[in-house]
Amino acid sequence: MPEPPQEPPHEPEGAVAGTGMGGGMDLAASEATALERTPHGPDGPGGTVGTGGPGPQDRPRSLWSDAWRDLRRNPVFLLSALVICFLILIAIRPSLIAPGNPLQCDLARAQDGPRPGHPFGYDGQGCDVYTRTVHGARASVTVGVCATLGVAVLGSVLGALAGFFGGVWDSVLSRITDIFFAIPVVLGGLVLLSVVTSNTVWPVVGFIVLLGWPQLSRIARGSVITAKQHDYVQAARALGASNTRILLRHIAPNAVAPVIVVATIALGTYIALEATLSYLGVGLKPPSVSWGIDISAASPYIRNAPHALLWPAGALAITVLAFIMLGDAVRDALDPKLR
Amino acid sequence: MGRYVARRLLQMIPVFFGATMLIFLMVNVMGDPIAGLCGERACDTATAAQLKREFGLDKPLWQQYATYMGNVFTGDFGTAFNGQPVTELMSTAFPVTIRLTIVAIVFELVIGIVLGVVTGLRRGRPVDTTVLLGTLVVISVPTFVTGLLLQLLLGVKWAWIRPSVPPEASFDELVVPGLVLASVSLAYVTRLTRTSIAENRRADYVRTAIAKGLPRRRVVVRHLLRNSLIPVVTFIGTDIGALMGGAIVTERIFNIHGVGYQLYQGILRQNTQTVVGFVTVLVLVFLVANLLVDLLYAVLDPRIRYA
Amino acid sequence: MLLEVRDLRVEFRTRDGIAHAVNGVTYAVDAGETLAVLGESGSGKSVTAQAVMGILDMPPGRITGGRVLFRGTELLTLKEDERRRIRGAAMAMIFQDALSALNPVLTVGDQLGEMFTVHRGMSRRDARAKAVELMDRVRIPAAAQRVRDYPHQFSGGMRQRIMIAMALALEPALVIADEPTTALDVTVQAQVMDLLAELQHEYRMGLILITHDLGVVADVADRIAVMYAGRIVESAPVHDLYKAPAHPYTRGLLDSIPRLDRKGRELYAIKGLPPSLLRIPSGCAFHPRCPMARDVCRTDVPPLYEVNEQRGSACHFWRECLDG
Repeated sequence: MPEPPQEPPHEPEGAVAGTGMGGGMDLAASEATALERTPHGPDGPGGTVGTGGPGPQDRPRSLWSDAWRDLRRNPVFLLSALVICFLILIAIRPSLIAPGNPLQCDLARAQDGPRPGHPFGYDGQGCDVYTRTVHGARASVTVGVCATLGVAVLGSVLGALAGFFGGVWDSVLSRITDIFFAIPVVLGGLVLLSVVTSNTVWPVVGFIVLLGWPQLSRIARGSVITAKQHDYVQAARALGASNTRILLRHIAPNAVAPVIVVATIALGTYIALEATLSYLGVGLKPPSVSWGIDISAASPYIRNAPHALLWPAGALAITVLAFIMLGDAVRDALDPKLR
Repeated sequence: MGRYVARRLLQMIPVFFGATMLIFLMVNVMGDPIAGLCGERACDTATAAQLKREFGLDKPLWQQYATYMGNVFTGDFGTAFNGQPVTELMSTAFPVTIRLTIVAIVFELVIGIVLGVVTGLRRGRPVDTTVLLGTLVVISVPTFVTGLLLQLLLGVKWAWIRPSVPPEASFDELVVPGLVLASVSLAYVTRLTRTSIAENRRADYVRTAIAKGLPRRRVVVRHLLRNSLIPVVTFIGTDIGALMGGAIVTERIFNIHGVGYQLYQGILRQNTQTVVGFVTVLVLVFLVANLLVDLLYAVLDPRIRYA
Repeated sequence: MLLEVRDLRVEFRTRDGIAHAVNGVTYAVDAGETLAVLGESGSGKSVTAQAVMGILDMPPGRITGGRVLFRGTELLTLKEDERRRIRGAAMAMIFQDALSALNPVLTVGDQLGEMFTVHRGMSRRDARAKAVELMDRVRIPAAAQRVRDYPHQFSGGMRQRIMIAMALALEPALVIADEPTTALDVTVQAQVMDLLAELQHEYRMGLILITHDLGVVADVADRIAVMYAGRIVESAPVHDLYKAPAHPYTRGLLDSIPRLDRKGRELYAIKGLPPSLLRIPSGCAFHPRCPMARDVCRTDVPPLYEVNEQRGSACHFWRECLDG
């Protein structure tokens, strides 16, 4: 019986393995193999895995190019990417769209509504809400990006090493991450940051990295363990490849997808966390300009001047939303199971 | 099963000590443990030194930790900034926060699961897209913004609720704060349930159930839901600890005198014993909740039971 | 006739286009008869069965044409509730992988008993007794104790027996077995197959046996329908087909079975790979892989030519094929 050798045991009918017709049909088996297709070059043993698909019309497609093809057509991804690009732009050069000085305030105008040239009105100190909202992007984006980079590097390196080498290191790391998970984040922030007097974003970034890395290390560990069990990794090992080579060349490219997805979503939540800490008075502190500070400052007179709260809150929500949706879209694109 | 529980219990021990030690360290780095003990003023040097000796604060940190933990296990959590024993603060604060958490969990269970099931069964339809977008918005708007807005709308503008919750904080007064506390988790529960339902809906055993000629309702409730809720229950269980710890923001907005409020006061006044004491209990709650989740998991999924 | 499928067409809408999974399948099964449906994965054999059972995922699946007559009643236009009452009671299905096809969180007793509580309105206690009886029937040792066990606690062979017991619980007139032994060890395969054949004989059920394994077919089937790219390419009584295939695809399948008398010679393999259902070749779908293909095969779709009253072949050159 000429059974195609790549056929998984319980593949549903109608699924010609490897033709990539996953759309809408629950072809779990053929989809699972799609994840195993390696994004890196054809020279390593990893390259041979991707050739599972039969049919002359089937060109080898990698997980990443498949995902990119999906993303380009996904309006959610395009919109959130656009918002994020805009945010980064105004974080770098806020004066492009808000030439005013966010610290220049006129108490006489405190809590005033919008007027020409000041579309968002004034806050409780008589500062221009529009200018402050635009300038507030810098703090949020800086915290989000730096904290995510720190968390991603620390977390994935520790997690990957633990997952790869296993044994004692793995157990120790698992227990340490358990410990960090047991501490409520906002609480930890209150305790640690309440003594900090610095006006910069770095204590907040440092704190987020300190409490955030276990989450990513767990993800990285899991995906490294999964990748480690793949046949081509075993094959590379049998061929005598060194640990470093296996880890960097064969495992990392396959394990990195979940890390990127979780990190993107985490970036959004870190921005929210910074605002929350600033709201509680332990994040950034005036005269820094940050959405969290402004929301916090506006909350006592929310009754009289809701606009002073709503604009920075809206900006914050859109920023967080953009990153979460971006992460979501990337995950959906990389996880063929949910297509 | 017995061995499974024993193993989980053993694993809890290092986590408990690790987490409390971490907090102990953080608090001691943070500030002056005797601050506030001399009333509003700062203590003079002689009194300070005496107080430090009295509380054993001149000893190395690890000894202080050991002494503290020893006391904790005899039920002595030390003294709060106002001279009250910390346990007394706890006995008024925890019931309030527990009520708040219960309200939040009920919201997660009822609304989250219902929305998740509905959207999971109708993936790609307008209901699904709408709810999904809604969950994203809820997740994106930080809790304190949601709280402030709801307080503004329901409490101030429409006056449906009192903007600030009285100290006794009964269940009905905690409905809106509970919803605020639950909001982000609620959205996660919805999404998790949806994904789980959508994945399991195409599972072989669901197809078998349909092929057996079971009514649709029975297929969904008895076959699909039971399997799909396993990860959801896990999430909600682990969320209990996070909710109690995260209640700090909600309690601040609605002026609820619960755990978060006491902790916030403790931190403001740099009172080590209050902070460490409350956090220790919160860590315990987190660990016990996780243990219960593991046990529940074994009940729900027989494949775990005999592992 | 117990079941007649006429010119059934099923397609799936996918991201990459429309997959034509079943393209005009016609077959029939009578009471007490065993029809083996043979084909590679992707040939449409399981999709046909799912359409007959009414368990096709719609969407993405869609039945675009044809009829399914069960005891003369058209099933495709029946209301879902009427259809449901037939499923499980009058026609049942045995799935390939019992481990995933049985619900992991319910005891086998619950899953067997459910047939009786739902379709027969029995009490749970009576249903439990019936479940034990059924497990005895399929020769599961210590059934009375094991009725409280979960699927994962059984061996693969025992699980498949439970699957069979569940399908036969209400003594259906028709059973569709979708690769019932593929997931099992070779030694267990024969036992399960024998059990199935024995029960079929006893209840005089019609049996549709979906398989890719020619070995399984020879012993138990009365007729064989060979499927390729969503079509029946050859249909014949089992012995006729083995003796002289009337389609080059069937011939290829037979030639690729290892045989003792040809030991040492290279094993034959049909060249190429099964076609994508998104892009089924023009004319005869098999022509790119066919050693006998000529120009007409590229352009004209062969109908199912009548070889004799008993058999048909969808090959323009079936005569040549028969002659070898």
